Amino acid sequence: MSNGVAEKTQKTIGGIRRKFAPWNDPQAVPLIRYQNVTKRFGEFTAVDNLSLDIYEREFFALLGPSGCGKTTLMRMLAGFEEPTEGMITLAGQNLVGTPPYKRQTNMMFQSYALFPHMSVWDNIAFGLKQDRMEKGAIAARVEEMLKLVKLEKFAKRKPHQLSGGQRQRVALARSLAKRPKVLLLDEPLGALDKKLREETQFELMDIQMELGMTFLIVTHDQEEAMTVADRIAVMNHGKLVQVDQPAVIYEQPNSRYVADFVGDVNILDAKVEALAPGAVTLRAEAAPDMPIRVAQECPAKVGDSVALALRPEKLRVELDPPADPSVNTLTGTIWDIGYLGDLSIYHVELPNGVRVKAAKPNLTRMVERPITWDDKVYVSFTPDAGVVLTS
Amino acid sequence: MAVKSSGRWLVLAVPYLWLLALFLVPFLIVFKISLSTDAIAQPPYEPVFDLAAGWEAFKESFSALSFDNYSYVLSWDNEFIEAYGSSLWIAGVSTILLLIVGYPIAYGMARAPKSIRPTLLMLVILPFWTSFLIRVYAWIGILSPEGLLNQLLIALGIISPDQPLQILATNTAVYIGIVYSYLPFMILPLYSALEKMDDTLLEAAADLGCPPFAAFWKITWPLSLPGVFAGCLLCFIPAVGEFVIPDLLGGSDTLMIGKVLWTEFSVNRSWTVSSAVAVLLLMVLVIPIVFYQNLQAREVEGR
Repeated sequence: MSNGVAEKTQKTIGGIRRKFAPWNDPQAVPLIRYQNVTKRFGEFTAVDNLSLDIYEREFFALLGPSGCGKTTLMRMLAGFEEPTEGMITLAGQNLVGTPPYKRQTNMMFQSYALFPHMSVWDNIAFGLKQDRMEKGAIAARVEEMLKLVKLEKFAKRKPHQLSGGQRQRVALARSLAKRPKVLLLDEPLGALDKKLREETQFELMDIQMELGMTFLIVTHDQEEAMTVADRIAVMNHGKLVQVDQPAVIYEQPNSRYVADFVGDVNILDAKVEALAPGAVTLRAEAAPDMPIRVAQECPAKVGDSVALALRPEKLRVELDPPADPSVNTLTGTIWDIGYLGDLSIYHVELPNGVRVKAAKPNLTRMVERPITWDDKVYVSFTPDAGVVLTS
Repeated sequence: MAVKSSGRWLVLAVPYLWLLALFLVPFLIVFKISLSTDAIAQPPYEPVFDLAAGWEAFKESFSALSFDNYSYVLSWDNEFIEAYGSSLWIAGVSTILLLIVGYPIAYGMARAPKSIRPTLLMLVILPFWTSFLIRVYAWIGILSPEGLLNQLLIALGIISPDQPLQILATNTAVYIGIVYSYLPFMILPLYSALEKMDDTLLEAAADLGCPPFAAFWKITWPLSLPGVFAGCLLCFIPAVGEFVIPDLLGGSDTLMIGKVLWTEFSVNRSWTVSSAVAVLLLMVLVIPIVFYQNLQAREVEGR
């Protein structure tokens, strides 16, 4: 079990270190398959003709705003909802029509749903007892789970005698105890404070690698999804907008929606001025006197309206014009400054009133920053900093 | 600070004053009467404390008090012990019947769509709008040999017209009457316990491999126990002392302590013996009340 970590991060195939990426392997057989799944509640369509493959040992995140259908998608896998149309398979078996108590999935509930009249020990043992596991084996498994979540000393306590973080661990231990094929996590860390949440995210990843299980997490917190997941599916209105690794979602969003939902972004409306192989020149409405070069293959035609997405940390703000002529440079004035300690966020107003945000790390301990309100500044970014979005 | 704390004492004192005036003082009066002897007088017992007669007279009347009535009530020769036993039995059986009838109703109400729950609750309380006495009388009309129930069964050909069911004036009629009259007191605490139960607990149980029926016994039932105890005590305690229902629906052989007490008081005109019966009844009932309070204290602690 201990080499699980190594195995996942550096799978060695033919002597070449490779990342864990079964979704790129055409031979790989998905563990979970949603095939053209639709779920309607009366008039409302929660999940709309959606297909998705999730692979064994993946940590997969469903990300989206509330009401986007992510929870419904998960609950259909657990069996609490049946799809109106379509098929869901787990390890090749069709799940539709199978009641939740016969499915090899376990869920960690957002509210934890611990049984208040049972001790921590009995909560964790509950699922094992349902399987009519032998007594000694139950005790051994419960002890193992208590050790895994570091709650050995709390076995006899009732849920109301625990803190929020401890309850969360009991819920996790209970859902892991049966070694399900898939562990479903419904906003598992939503009730914890920020620090504890960040710690727990890493613990979740460790546990997932240690047990070598498939985790499916539902969250509206994009940072959480980026931290824990191998792949993220961004959802909106019951459809998948983009499914990819966190870095791809962040750096190469496929739409305004994804760019805007995941992380902070400046979106500039622009028109395509010229196209070349692997490059595109744009004319932004916010800076009509300055052509913007973007190093990207662009599906749009000359004259099309597109959007340029620029992450704040990829913009440089300086008092002097950049020396390198290949970078794109816009001019503006400092409209506002947000000092966050590690970063300062500069809000720069471009000549026609559009404001962009630029994040600059505070590399020195100077309290008085050289750039201040109403300064004329140069905002520059390299051709590979931005993404052209056509939708 | 002083104002604040005296204000708090006042708030605390109000319920205790009520208890003192409306429970403890009447109880002490009844207790005193139970220690007196019958007399042909007004009031019909002696001694009577007369504070105006002075300390010596007071002491003398105090020494005239005795526990004779209690040994009379508790002697096996008289029917009182049997009446206590039979009351506890009838109340116990009725409470179990009430639980069997009430639990599914409360469960159904708690599971009903949220929008119709207030209506269902209203329907449970609705019978209170008619006088209790009239509702019990109505059962005579239903259960009597020529009553509605027998008419219906005869019309359906289930029983022959010359052999109507003898339900009225039996213990069965008393059970029916008690279950009917006390049902809301069983349903309401059960409903409130079941309604606040978190549905995701049942989802969690199902998720962990527990089929619905088993989940009921492992999750729903234990979590509804406070409601079960509250409902059972709310029904059991008044049912033990019930007088109207056995009097109207029961037969001559229906022995219940409430009826005995009534007979002792109004027919035999013995205030002293009926007071002793009442005090002993209270003692019998204090035990489940104390038990219930312990349970409640534990539940509060459990939160």
